[in-house]
Amino acid sequence: MSGFLIKAERDQLVKDRMSAFGVKVTAITQESDLLCVQVKKDALHDLLRTLRDELGFGFLTTCCGMHFPKVESGTLPAQPEEFGMVYHLHNMREGHRIRVKCRTTLNDLEFQTATDLWPAANWMEREAWDFFGIKFKGHPNLKRILNMEDFPAFPLRKDYPLEDPTRRDKDDKMFGR
Amino acid sequence: MKEREKPDFWQKDLVHGRDLRELTTLNLGPTHPATHGIFQNVLTLDGEVILDTEQTIGYIHRAFEKIAERRPFYQITTLTDRMNYCSAPINNMGWHMTMEKLLGIELPKRVEYMRVIIMELARISDHVICNTIIGQDAGATTPFLYVYQWREKIYEVYEEICGARLTTNMGRIGGWERNFSDLVWKRIRAIVKEMPAGLKEFEKMLIRNRIFMDRTIDCGPLPADRALAYGFTGPNLRACGVDYDVRVADPYCSYQDFNFIVPIGQNGDTYDRFMVREQEMWESLSIIQQAMDKLDAMSDKTTFRGNVPEWLLPPKEEVYNEMEALIWHFKVVMGETDVPVGEVYHCVEGGNGELGFYLVSDGGRTPFRLHLRRPCFIYYQAFPEMIRGGMLSDAILTMSSMNVIAGELDA
Repeated sequence: MSGFLIKAERDQLVKDRMSAFGVKVTAITQESDLLCVQVKKDALHDLLRTLRDELGFGFLTTCCGMHFPKVESGTLPAQPEEFGMVYHLHNMREGHRIRVKCRTTLNDLEFQTATDLWPAANWMEREAWDFFGIKFKGHPNLKRILNMEDFPAFPLRKDYPLEDPTRRDKDDKMFGR
Repeated sequence: MKEREKPDFWQKDLVHGRDLRELTTLNLGPTHPATHGIFQNVLTLDGEVILDTEQTIGYIHRAFEKIAERRPFYQITTLTDRMNYCSAPINNMGWHMTMEKLLGIELPKRVEYMRVIIMELARISDHVICNTIIGQDAGATTPFLYVYQWREKIYEVYEEICGARLTTNMGRIGGWERNFSDLVWKRIRAIVKEMPAGLKEFEKMLIRNRIFMDRTIDCGPLPADRALAYGFTGPNLRACGVDYDVRVADPYCSYQDFNFIVPIGQNGDTYDRFMVREQEMWESLSIIQQAMDKLDAMSDKTTFRGNVPEWLLPPKEEVYNEMEALIWHFKVVMGETDVPVGEVYHCVEGGNGELGFYLVSDGGRTPFRLHLRRPCFIYYQAFPEMIRGGMLSDAILTMSSMNVIAGELDA
């Protein structure tokens, strides 16, 4: 790598390079703080590798799971139930960050692991498995990390109640969302 | 960097090819006085040499990310200060700034400088704890008990500002709950004036102490490339020689107005981590002094919040006497203020690394998703690699020098 690029140049470079992925990259948007790339699941690993090796985003800041519950009617637009992973990468040398998003459905909850790119992804992916039930292909030790081994649910999914579901003395439908 | 000696452990029976070692399995933790928190390590030892360890975490997991999805935004502050409870105000401010980033709130300089002062005090108290505990684990109890008086004095400042000492819930989205009293300024001035002498005494006891140096130099080292791959941030990364500090790389809260250096180490061992923190305390004291000077130069002595009435409670005398103010008060307390739809990632330089908040808002009264990037959750993964081939006593020192805080690890 030679020379420093300002953020606009780096963003343009990212956009140009992303065009090689064709339809696999579904959207490149400038969100309120960061440039965000949305990618299809089968191209996610290649895209992360490209960002790391060719575009200087060599530091995995964090990655986390997401759950988008099914919306049928109401004020929000209808959408099917989906799961997602969000990666935040950092180009420390030039001080740029980027967000990579990837969505999938309940039937196909297996991502390619990023532990071969960053060892740091190990526990982050275990956390995503623990809380969302998202599997990672090729992960060296995919088991629950913060909850107990025989925990019966994936607690950060939206359909998991905050209160103990067996309790009858508390009604929290008036609180929160 | 000196190459760590790797003795040939694999003593084999040359006739049958059996492993002749007598390996020991040792449970270090979950509750052990030397781990300073609740972590379990199942060590495999050959004599006193560590071959491997299996970490178990999650003993004080409280599901903050789940609870946050059910709470109005201002109530999430109390969750953040239970993460890294050694520097709770940094977490509080980090959360306030995340919300301000989402809402697009700009604060007056005076408010930001007040935040800088408190965050740097918190950094000092965090580093005081970590560094004195390194000394304690190396056998030096005196500095641990002696330097703690500065932590106590910092906690007295917190107490005067917000009434709490450890889990502070300090400040509000959009500024401070009230102006600092004269006693706060008096206490801060006393710390800035008197702490250097105490810190120097502490350094005299340890920095060139032969026993301490022998125990910590080359103890639990990690090269910079591995540290980056493991997602290290904060003093642990800087000890490896990478000058990444969020305050400089991604300035927030007017840190660009201050002059300070980012201390770095070379070997990434326990001694370097200790020295980086030590130097950072001096820099923090300098930043506090600069902020006080800037505040003294300002004619404004009363601004303590931004112009965001929809997030801040009106004065009590108005709430008790006027209808509008009472309604407004309820609106704020019930969390009925609209927030925009959007996503933000905001990070601050916490006591032990980059503390990040990834907030996804769908416009509701609670976050749709709040992901907390807890620095020690990420870098504690490297612990087995750092202690492999070393002695058990080195593992204890390595762990205390990594500044792993159980509350943050388990969130």
